[in-house]
Amino acid sequence: MAALVETQQLTKVYGERTAVDHLNLTLNEGEIFGLLGPNGAGKTTTILMLLGLTEPTEGTAAVAGLNPQKDALKVKRLVSYLPENVGFYDDISAYGNLAYTAELNRIGRKQAQDLIEEALDEVGLSERAFDKVGTFSRGMRQRLAIADVLIKRPRVAFLDEPTLALDPDGVNQILELILKLRRERGMTILLSSHLLEQVQRICDRIGIFVKGKMVALGGIEELGVQLASNGKGRVVEIGAEPLSDDLIAALKAVKGVKGVERAQKMLLVSSEKELRPELAAAVSGAGSKLLHLRLQTVGLEQIYFRYFKES
Amino acid sequence: MRAIPVIRKELADHLGSRRFAILFFVIVIAGVLATYQAGQSIRQDVTKDPEQTFVFLRLFTSGNPVSFVSFVAFLGPLLGIAFGFDAINSEQQRGTLGRLLSQPVYRDDVINGKFLAGLGIISVTMLCIFFIVAGLGLRMIGVPPTADELIRILFFLVISIIYVGFWLALAMLFSLLTKQAATSALASLAVWLFMAIFVTIFAGFIAGVVYPTTDNSPAQQVLDHVGLQQNIARISPAALYGEATSAILDPEERTTSGLVLLSDAQAMVPGALSLDQSLLLVWPDITATIALTTICFGVAYYTFLRQEVRTL
Repeated sequence: MAALVETQQLTKVYGERTAVDHLNLTLNEGEIFGLLGPNGAGKTTTILMLLGLTEPTEGTAAVAGLNPQKDALKVKRLVSYLPENVGFYDDISAYGNLAYTAELNRIGRKQAQDLIEEALDEVGLSERAFDKVGTFSRGMRQRLAIADVLIKRPRVAFLDEPTLALDPDGVNQILELILKLRRERGMTILLSSHLLEQVQRICDRIGIFVKGKMVALGGIEELGVQLASNGKGRVVEIGAEPLSDDLIAALKAVKGVKGVERAQKMLLVSSEKELRPELAAAVSGAGSKLLHLRLQTVGLEQIYFRYFKES
Repeated sequence: MRAIPVIRKELADHLGSRRFAILFFVIVIAGVLATYQAGQSIRQDVTKDPEQTFVFLRLFTSGNPVSFVSFVAFLGPLLGIAFGFDAINSEQQRGTLGRLLSQPVYRDDVINGKFLAGLGIISVTMLCIFFIVAGLGLRMIGVPPTADELIRILFFLVISIIYVGFWLALAMLFSLLTKQAATSALASLAVWLFMAIFVTIFAGFIAGVVYPTTDNSPAQQVLDHVGLQQNIARISPAALYGEATSAILDPEERTTSGLVLLSDAQAMVPGALSLDQSLLLVWPDITATIALTTICFGVAYYTFLRQEVRTL
């Protein structure tokens, strides 16, 4: 998979404050990446630099190989941005707002009409197309914002806190829409949020951002496992009967096992790779009954708090 | 031109706005009243003295208590300010600026577009009111304009648009520097008040300090005093506009100076100036107004382009 968005040592300093500290990030095509972090961590600043709306103090950013500062227009044609607290022109209808976006993207009237209708249909706002946006609820505005993202048929979308202040139903709708975008249009999505449970639901990979630094990067499962083992790789809990020395020896003999520890009534097997099938086979091979087999992992909330606290 | 979508949208917004409706209404009423007054007085004058020249122009310059020209000089800035004071900060407030700037448009297209749309709506308004005045006036006095008068009126129109454009640029600059639209509106109005009222007082004061005069002062001293006073007052675009329009619309006026020595007045050849001579008289004023407008817009342009999106 090609890296569609890439940053190298990207830094932004505002006077005394370092908002983004030597960030190295890659986004692969077709993935949903979650930029996780508390408010003020530098997530929005990173997105602004990727869009070319803010000049980096140091380092580079590239979107589809293009420099957002130099090839600003080209980048803005392939990237859509949904800002935090997105706003619309309240006196103009939903259709009108989207038509303005289409016009700024130099999309002809006829084609724009088709795109707008399609986008509104996709987000479920077709019936309200000609109502003034001033009459929309927050959930509807967020959906309209997603429709706006779709108008230019972008390859990449940067969504800054898209589910903020939405009711649970609204949140579901937005998350479903995001998944649909990736599924049906193959879009690459960078999602920035501090709402862990939602990020967990749809992101392939996450990056935890604290005070401008990326303190963790990877798949959620991967990170959870790493954290659970305190950096020792993967730890599998095995509960078996009987817990004999033969069993322990058999487990140690499995190729790739680094160590077997005894923890009360369970055995903790640490390894680098995924070995659960082999371990299960080893248990039955040693004549014991397998009662419990679990890969130790930690939930996203704990991952987040652990890294957050460490900074 | 990439700014065209911005121009179109802003112009559409302005035309449909309540702001425009109110201002237009006020201007039309004021224009009609001023013209009516002017028309009446011209009729009386012409009845008394049928040999008068440049009658049509007087539609614009005469009037009791206020002539059309003076009310444009007074209300024009309001028109400019009204369409500029929330140009940028309202986008910020509404949260639309981030979305706007993430589209493939350059930042300068946005500010140029807004300024041009503002000028557009101002031009439309001025043109409308001019036609109303001309039409109503013609109906009242029955004397059609000569070609010379018509061209002078055209120049008046253009100079008025540039003058109002200055206030538009100023208001837009304030809209960039402040977060709240109300603040930029107040700042613009404060500048306007200063220019309209306080500059002359201020100029007089300074001139009085540098060239103090009494009733018995020598002529040179008085001339210097008045000269300095005028020059300081010329900081104000309102003063420049006043000078420019009075010469353009009154072909008999020969000098922009407020003070004419009796000996000079007696030496003058009676008659009116031709158009090019009138223009020559006030060309510095016109140039200065254009310069002020350009500088104002230039500063706004530069500020907008350099500002961080976060603070925008």
